[in-house]
Amino acid sequence: MDVQVLTYIIVGLTFAMYIGIAIWARAGSTKEFYVAGGGVPPVMNGMATAADWMSAASFISLAGIVSFTGSDGLVYLLGWTGGYVLLALCMVPYLRKFGKFTVPDFIGDRYYSDTARIVAVVCAIFICFTYIAGQMRGVGVVFSRFLEVEIETGVVIGMAVVFFYAVLGGMKGITYTQVAQYCVLIFAFMVPAIFISVMMTGNAIPQIGFGSEMVDGSGYLLAKLDGLSQELGFGAYTEGRKSTLDVFCITGALMIGTAGLPHVIVRFFTVPKVKDSRISAGWTLVFIGIMYTTIPALSSFARVNMIETINGPTVQMQDGSKVYGQGTSYADAPSWIKNWEKTGLITFDDKNGDGKMFYSGDERNEMKIDRDIMVLANPEIADLPAWVIALVAAGGLAAALSTSAGLLLVISTSVSHDLMKKTLRPDISDKQELMWARGAAAAGIVMAGYFGINPPGFVAAVVAFAFGLAASSLFPAIIMGIFSKKMNKEGAIAGMITGLLFTATYIIYFKFVNPTGNKPENWLFGISPEGIGTIGMLVNFGTAFVVSKMTGDVPQDVVNMVESIRVPKGAGAAHDH
Amino acid sequence: MSFESKEQAEGYWKENLKIMLKLLAVWFVVSYGCGILFIDQLNEITFMGFKLGFWFAQQGAMYVFIALIFIYVKQMNNLDKKYNVEE
Repeated sequence: MDVQVLTYIIVGLTFAMYIGIAIWARAGSTKEFYVAGGGVPPVMNGMATAADWMSAASFISLAGIVSFTGSDGLVYLLGWTGGYVLLALCMVPYLRKFGKFTVPDFIGDRYYSDTARIVAVVCAIFICFTYIAGQMRGVGVVFSRFLEVEIETGVVIGMAVVFFYAVLGGMKGITYTQVAQYCVLIFAFMVPAIFISVMMTGNAIPQIGFGSEMVDGSGYLLAKLDGLSQELGFGAYTEGRKSTLDVFCITGALMIGTAGLPHVIVRFFTVPKVKDSRISAGWTLVFIGIMYTTIPALSSFARVNMIETINGPTVQMQDGSKVYGQGTSYADAPSWIKNWEKTGLITFDDKNGDGKMFYSGDERNEMKIDRDIMVLANPEIADLPAWVIALVAAGGLAAALSTSAGLLLVISTSVSHDLMKKTLRPDISDKQELMWARGAAAAGIVMAGYFGINPPGFVAAVVAFAFGLAASSLFPAIIMGIFSKKMNKEGAIAGMITGLLFTATYIIYFKFVNPTGNKPENWLFGISPEGIGTIGMLVNFGTAFVVSKMTGDVPQDVVNMVESIRVPKGAGAAHDH
Repeated sequence: MSFESKEQAEGYWKENLKIMLKLLAVWFVVSYGCGILFIDQLNEITFMGFKLGFWFAQQGAMYVFIALIFIYVKQMNNLDKKYNVEE
């Protein structure tokens, strides 16, 4: 069977499964819609959270980014896993004990203020929209490449599926679908990685394989990659190029941002007990770690493979010296190059007119290769069987759909619960609130679909935004709300607003107002817009501290609430599924 | 309040903070220390075919993160039992 038929079959089967699960797990009440009734077993919640977290960007783009940046890729690997330690140790158990539905709920109640609640709602909605546009785009790319439909059609199909199970099932439907999606995406990610690891290093565990020697006798993989990279003018693969302070701040912003992302935090409201929320965070990181420790291995395999396919193999001479490939004939190029050329993600410009392709980091370069294709093209580059290629397509879709659903839920909850029920129309019934939630989810999908079809050019730029804002606004407010009994509403609101303004101004200035000036010599202390969230967080903490010293005391009932969330005993009763 | 006395409540919270800060110190050292600040120095050492700093940044720190959360869970469960505040 050819790749396309197989892809249709595998993608069709997974979609049917997601819809089946959604029908089985529909939500009947607002509590089921918002937090799945609070009765999800911790291991399952861990899996669902991992699927929620690992987006189209993680599945499709991250290995490519690490592959192209080498050592500096650590900012994403550490940033997007280390945040879970902060979540597990400093936030999750306390927020679960608090026992309501959303992050704005906590901020509104803890700081006894609707203003604080609304600031949090605005942050949450903005962060989620930033994210979801990218997911729908991922769906479109997978569909257009593997199923050869228009990107628009792909986005519409993706929207229809998410609409079905997010609107119908709420958090309950989403959670159980995400468990299935995790299984699909991790299988789809690991199979090619293991295949390639065995082919290149003879070791079935990619995490060990990429530190091993190559089976063709050309020495250690990483040493070979360093040699190739230097020869081609990229600089050694295992050495960083960014400044240490910038790497420090970017990693910080991503970690702290992760711990402040509403769609991740809310997942821990779904488990029965405080104890379960702690262990659930551990399982989440295990499930994420399986993929995130494989990514750097895959990145280096893919890098060597790609360079040697285009430039030709490295030949080891008798005297130990190496002769590097000088290009291969374009007329005989493997089919994956032709396939991806059609999508415009690979281009070849025969500058010296010799009919040969050559890839390098200097003026000899004749290839433009989009880093987003590394994972999707990898099975083809390594010449793996057709069913593996089909599986990767299904995995990419699972990653994009699971994340979109989680984000949509936060958007709909923010509108129906935080905005309508808690602020504008407190008198609506549970049923009406549920209708608002479903309506908001539907509107959210349509907007996300619009951005998927007409992607704003700034999608990549706004990712820095999402993390920077989460780090500089929500994270400090939550932390101070738990660990300080003296932090009052004036302090928290002033902190959130200054942190937010500082970070947003810096990012907007360098990304939109003056993009040509976006260079290290113009940056504050040499910190890039991606890393400024770390400083924004410090600004938030500092402002909040000073303002709270100058203003009034925290009311006694709020102090009592803080004392109560610090102790596990007595978390609200959950119900079974 | 579920504690017998105010001292008990304060004792529980103090021990809780101690567990948290100790584990966060390890978290900081493996990620920011080994993976970022001292990566060049550690890269002088070879470990299982990797430069050590590179290994910490792309593998090791993540394994430590996972271990830290499970250690935290275990210590907190013991603490809850000790103060009789488990669910």
